[in-house]
Amino acid sequence: MKPIFMTYTKKDLINLAVCMVLSVLIIPTFIKTEYWYTSILIPWLCLALATIGQQIVMGYTGQLALGAAGFMAAGAFAMFNLILRVPDLGFVGSLIVSGLIAAAFGILFGLPSLKVRGIYLMVATLASQFFIIWMIDKFGWFKNYDSSGIITAQDIVILGKPFTTPLAMYFVCLAVTTILTLLAMNMARGSTGRNWMAVRDMDIAAESMGVSLLRTKVQAFAISAFYCGVAGALFAFCYLKSLEPVAFDIKLSFKILFMCILGGLGTINGAFIGAAFILLFPVLLNAIGNNVFHGAIDATIISSIEQVIFGLLMIIFMIYEPLGMAKLWENLKQSMRSKLSSSGIKGVKSPVLKK
Amino acid sequence: MANELLFFMEVLVGGLLAGTMYSLVALGFVLIFKASATFNFSQGAMVFFSVLAFCGFMQDFNIPFVLAFILAALLMVVVGLCTERLVLRPLMNASEDTVLMATIGLGYVLEGLAQAAWGVEVRRLDLGIGDFPVPWIADNLKLFISALDITAGLVAAIMIIGLFLLFKYTKIGLGLRAVADDAGAASSIGIPLKHIMLLVWSAAGVVALVAGCMWGARAGVQFALVDLALKALPVLIIGGFSSIPGAIIGGLIIGAVEKILEVYIGPFFGGAIEGWAPYVLAIFFLLYRPEGLFGEKIIRRV
Repeated sequence: MKPIFMTYTKKDLINLAVCMVLSVLIIPTFIKTEYWYTSILIPWLCLALATIGQQIVMGYTGQLALGAAGFMAAGAFAMFNLILRVPDLGFVGSLIVSGLIAAAFGILFGLPSLKVRGIYLMVATLASQFFIIWMIDKFGWFKNYDSSGIITAQDIVILGKPFTTPLAMYFVCLAVTTILTLLAMNMARGSTGRNWMAVRDMDIAAESMGVSLLRTKVQAFAISAFYCGVAGALFAFCYLKSLEPVAFDIKLSFKILFMCILGGLGTINGAFIGAAFILLFPVLLNAIGNNVFHGAIDATIISSIEQVIFGLLMIIFMIYEPLGMAKLWENLKQSMRSKLSSSGIKGVKSPVLKK
Repeated sequence: MANELLFFMEVLVGGLLAGTMYSLVALGFVLIFKASATFNFSQGAMVFFSVLAFCGFMQDFNIPFVLAFILAALLMVVVGLCTERLVLRPLMNASEDTVLMATIGLGYVLEGLAQAAWGVEVRRLDLGIGDFPVPWIADNLKLFISALDITAGLVAAIMIIGLFLLFKYTKIGLGLRAVADDAGAASSIGIPLKHIMLLVWSAAGVVALVAGCMWGARAGVQFALVDLALKALPVLIIGGFSSIPGAIIGGLIIGAVEKILEVYIGPFFGGAIEGWAPYVLAIFFLLYRPEGLFGEKIIRRV
């Protein structure tokens, strides 16, 4: 496939157009209930963005990192402080700067990746998770000396216009996610992404081909943390509407890891599929609990079952399809296509189908 | 001055003994890593699962202490069997990272199952050993050391010696080491891989149960145990993933450093630095000695 515009092929542009029509025109006209925006679409977009960040470092560069929620917290609290203390920056400016602040943390905690890999690196990145949360928790300055522990996020104001309705916030998230997703695809397909993948597939070979490990890994960590930071800021301002360090604990990091792996390592659309699955599955399970069993099953049991199923899925995917749901989707499309083409060559129906 | 020194000693000894608790958890990791070069991320979940089952047997079914312990140990053998059969065998030829991911999934399964079966509320576990200073030591040495800490230290010591002897001097231990070195070669000379794996996972399960009892008696049997068990990771990095003495020394170092930092430096930062101090310590170790104090040198072949 030849790229038509930048690195995008015709297929990509069609996909983009379909997604845009779906998300900008169809969803707002047909979905009127606030619940869908506040509880599903907004967190989905935010978490998908964070998962793209995790993808960059784990799926593309092959570094096992487990600190996405820490960077999200850094982004969220940076955003809070920037809006509070540097109001001239505006919402978009603050969002970018808070992403950059998260990226600085990403570089700092990504440095051990130069020496270690696998589980060792995972432990090093856990340090970032615990350290960032602790830092925000212990230094009152970050929370503007608020003693209640939970701070209300400021309203989103872009160019003097308030964005406070769920629909408006959805559009803010959608715009940011779309731009960053396109950027991520661009990077993944360009020389940056090829360097990442070279390091992932075999770092020693990549190095001997002239790919700088230092540059590539630190770059991946920084960009990943940038994505997580922006996602964290959106998560706090559009979804939680409050800021508390507890919201960004290690459980969220694991959740993002699951989204990344179940969705499909090394794919951008996998981030969206994985995030949708991890978010929607509990909703579905609760609906089954309420409607089929009429609340006969305790809510804690349902959440335990949810955990068991996520764990089982993780194992099953690792055994049968380590490339996750994105690969399943790809396979499905492939088999549909081959069926269509084998049955419909030049209008002649295949003898098998005639029977 | 003497008082300050005494206080320091107390902090140090308290930290060292608390460190043995980390060692107990780390021991389970090392067992599995040593025999299969698999990093079992679900060890923390196994601690939680086993001790919750133990509590459940005792408190919900009124099964006596010893019998409940045996039942819980048997349950861990079953868990080991299922893990070997359903998770590890299909992943025999998969990469290290894939197996690691699968064990994260396994951890989720175990946590979920434990909570579904025995509920989410915090349970008290009474081992009959009080978590208060031993009067004899307090009177004679003027050190306040908890009886539970001493018990944990003793239990850890016994387990280490036992496992060390097992690995060093028995035929099973030899088999375990052979499998760890090269699973393919070991099975081709007739070492039953399946049995070895089952044995190791069962042993790790029982170690998890013991560690869980110690932690549970101190902090209550609750989900937070899983997070506590995560601290075994820096212990392993410091001690080395494949060394049983390393797990112990690593645990002691983490325990002592964490307590000393918390008591002497913590107040300047508002406390609670023990949440991340072990991990940062582990990073420094990683930068200077990635294989840990006692680990085998990591050689990567191209």
